[in-house]
Amino acid sequence: MARAKPYAMNAQQSSEQQPEKGAGEAKKPPRKEAQPEWANGLRKLYDSVVEEPLPDSFKDLLSQLDAKD
Amino acid sequence: MGATERTASEKADFKRELTEVVPHLRAFARGLCGRADMADDLVQETLLKAWAAQERFQPGTSMRAWTFVILRNAYLTDMRRNRFRGEYDETVAERVLTAPAGQEEPIHLSDMHRALLTLPPERREALLLVGAGGFSYEEAANICGCAVGTIKSRVGRARSALNTMLADGSIPKRSIEDDTAHRAILEELDDVAAGQGVAARS
Repeated sequence: MARAKPYAMNAQQSSEQQPEKGAGEAKKPPRKEAQPEWANGLRKLYDSVVEEPLPDSFKDLLSQLDAKD
Repeated sequence: MGATERTASEKADFKRELTEVVPHLRAFARGLCGRADMADDLVQETLLKAWAAQERFQPGTSMRAWTFVILRNAYLTDMRRNRFRGEYDETVAERVLTAPAGQEEPIHLSDMHRALLTLPPERREALLLVGAGGFSYEEAANICGCAVGTIKSRVGRARSALNTMLADGSIPKRSIEDDTAHRAILEELDDVAAGQGVAARS
């Protein structure tokens, strides 16, 4: 179901393209400033996947990569 | 094809680094598309593309950043080809929203995941890269092929949206059941894909 492009999105997009202030000041994400509780949850969510054991399908795929050459 | 370009030891290094980064690719993909099976398909696709493009990888640079660009591109391409479109139905939404991976997670993590999935894709990826993946704004901007200020702005908007949602406990099921919102998401993807930048090189 292809749909026509709504132009409202473009307006929003262009406002996002404006850097809000001097870019390049902060070298690192501002870990320091008061983070809501969920910020830690976001990282946990990510880390919980990182720590999952790798499914066999990936091991198979990785070993097949070598065989291709 | 092109197999002679790299020495065996360089290939071994590449393979090792690629292997090390797989868990991170899975985590990024899971955050982007919300479903474990779709995410893993995406990661497999990414690994094959990365392997095929390995001569374009500069040894010594970040394998994680390099492969994230490939994964992001594959995701956007697949979304725009509507490969995942069929998954955007209410039943699936219900499954995504009520049964996140890992039963032992505290409840707020599933709320977190749900809230994350309601964000527009470009804000979701920005927040994932900076807030979860630990990339600097500069690195995230490189991955997304946009200005640092744009990334800051997207992360800021994503954060305030999550603040609101998680504080109120009001997490809209934006994406999926509402046709207008669904259409808006697809249009946003067009916008995101348009800013390919670095990504276009891979």
